[in-house]
Amino acid sequence: MGRVLELENVHKAYKLGFIPKKKPVLKGVSFHVNEGEIFGYLGPNGAGKTTTIKCILNLIFPDAGRITIFGEDSLRPRARQKVGFLPENPYFYDYLTGREFLAFYADLLGIHGQAREDKIGYFLKLVGMERAADLQLRKYSRGMLQRIGLAQALLNDPALVILDEPMGGLDPIGRKEFRDIIVNLKKEGKTVFLSSHILQDIEMICDRVAIILAGEIINQGYLGDLISEKVLFTEVIIGGVPAAEFDHLGESVSTSGDRVLLKVYEEEKIDQVLSLVQQKKGKIISLIPRTETLEDIFVNMVKSQ
Amino acid sequence: MKITTIALNTFKEAKRDRVLYLLFFFVAVSLLFSRFLALLTVGDRVKIIKDVGLASISLFGMLMAILMGTGLVYKEIDKKTIFTLLAKPIHRAEFLLGKFLGLVLTIFIMTVLMAAVFMLILFLHTFSVDWKILLAILYIFFELCLMTAVALLFSTFTTPILASLYSLAFYLIGHLSWSLEMLIKKVKSGAGRAALRVLYTVLPDLENFNFKTEVVHNLPLPGKLLGTSFVYGVVYTAFLLLLAMLVFRRRDFV
Repeated sequence: MGRVLELENVHKAYKLGFIPKKKPVLKGVSFHVNEGEIFGYLGPNGAGKTTTIKCILNLIFPDAGRITIFGEDSLRPRARQKVGFLPENPYFYDYLTGREFLAFYADLLGIHGQAREDKIGYFLKLVGMERAADLQLRKYSRGMLQRIGLAQALLNDPALVILDEPMGGLDPIGRKEFRDIIVNLKKEGKTVFLSSHILQDIEMICDRVAIILAGEIINQGYLGDLISEKVLFTEVIIGGVPAAEFDHLGESVSTSGDRVLLKVYEEEKIDQVLSLVQQKKGKIISLIPRTETLEDIFVNMVKSQ
Repeated sequence: MKITTIALNTFKEAKRDRVLYLLFFFVAVSLLFSRFLALLTVGDRVKIIKDVGLASISLFGMLMAILMGTGLVYKEIDKKTIFTLLAKPIHRAEFLLGKFLGLVLTIFIMTVLMAAVFMLILFLHTFSVDWKILLAILYIFFELCLMTAVALLFSTFTTPILASLYSLAFYLIGHLSWSLEMLIKKVKSGAGRAALRVLYTVLPDLENFNFKTEVVHNLPLPGKLLGTSFVYGVVYTAFLLLLAMLVFRRRDFV
C-alpha cells in the first residue's frame, strides 16, 4: 500500500500581537496516510487540525518539516493536481449560482465542454443539490454550502480528498448522507483525509486515526488497535424490581417508572443480577456490554496531557 | 487558461456589483454637468465640455481602479474564498494576474461606455467627431491599468482602507512628480541633482499619460512622446505586478 500523504516533523508558529510574538501551533507533526483508507484526524478545537490541513495545501508555509503528496513536494502546485479539498465552514463566491460555481472550478481544473456539463450534472445529483442549482449561493443554508462544497472538491476526480470538519452544520440526515458518500469514495479507491472533533463520525467510518492535541500528535494507528475489545461495564435495564435490591451488585444510574438502569462493572456479578431478577419475578429489558470507545480514549488522553 | 477563468470570474463579480452601475450613472451626470458649465462660460463651450468630460472619465476610472482594486485580493482572503481556489493546482502568480486582468477588463468596458456617452454628447454639440479625443482616453486607460496594479499591490498585504489611502497617495505623487523634473533642470549638477534624479526615477510620473491639454487645445502630439509614454506604462505596470507577486508568494492565509 503506497503512501498518499506524508508529513515529517512539521512545525508552524504564528506571529501574534502588535509586537509580534511567536505562538507555536504545530510542534513537530508527523503522520502518513495510506492509499485507499479513510484517515481520521482528531483533536479538540484549536489543536492545530486546520493549520495542518492548510500546510498540506500550501495555504500556509511550515517553518520546518516536509510534506509530500503522492511523493511530490507539497510546495509544487502539481502536487495538488489529484487533491480535492472542502474547507471548514466553506465560503464561496456568493454571487454565483450553484451551477456557475461548479463551472468555474471545472474551468480552473481544465474540464471544458460537454464533459464539464456532464460532471456538473453528476455531482449536483450526488450531493442532492439539483433543485438549488440555479440559485445564488448567498441564498444557500450552511448545510447546502457544505454539499455544494463537497461537489467542488470531487470535480477533478481526486485520488485524495481532504475534508475539514465536513459534517459541521449538517442535520442528522445530512450527516448520514455525507458518511455514505465518504464510504463510497473509499469504495471507488479514493483516499479520504477527514478532520473532525466529532468522535462518532470518525469512529464509524475511519480505518486509521491520528489524535492531535496542542500541536502534537499524541497517538495514531488503526482504530482497532487503539480501542480495546475489553468490556468496561455492562448496562442492564431491569423492569419490576426496586433499585435498592441491586445496591451491592452495581451502580443504579437512573430509574424511570418501575425501570432501573444499572451499571455492572464485574462480569461475575451479571449472573447474580440475572438470578435476582428471576427470583423477584422482574424482567430484563436490555443488557448491553459497553466496550471502550474512541471518546473514552480521547477524553483520557486529553486529561492525562 | 486558468488566468482567463479567474479574470472572467472577477469581471462577473464586478458586473454583479451594483457599485459599478452607480459609478456609471455618476459619469453620465458629470458629463451633463459639463454641458451645464459650458452654458455659463464665455468663450469656447466645446473646450469646456471636452475638459470636464475627460477629467470625469479619468476621475471615475481612477475611483473604480482604487476602490475595486484594493478589495480585489483582500476580499478573497477575508471571505476565505481563496482557500478552495489556491487548494487547486494554481500558482499564486496566476491568481494575481487573473484578478488584475479581470479588473482591467471591467475598467476597459467601463471606459469604452463612458467614452461612448462622452463622444455622443460632444457630437450633439459639434456635429463632428474629433478622433484625437479617443487617443487621450486611451492614455487615461493606460494610467488606469497602472493604478489597478498599484491597488492590487497594496491589496496583497493590507486592508482596503489603508490600501486606498496608499493608492491615493501614489496617485497624487504621480501627478505632482513632474515638478521634480523642472527642479532638476534648475539645480546645479552635483550630489543634490543626482539625488533628485534618483527620486524622480523611483517615483511614478502619471503626467506621462496626460494628453488632455494637447487634445482639448488641438496641440501637436509627437509620436515619440506617445511611444515613450506607452512603454513607461507597460514597464511600470509590469514592475508593480512583479512586486505584488513577490509579496503574495510566501503569504500565509491564516
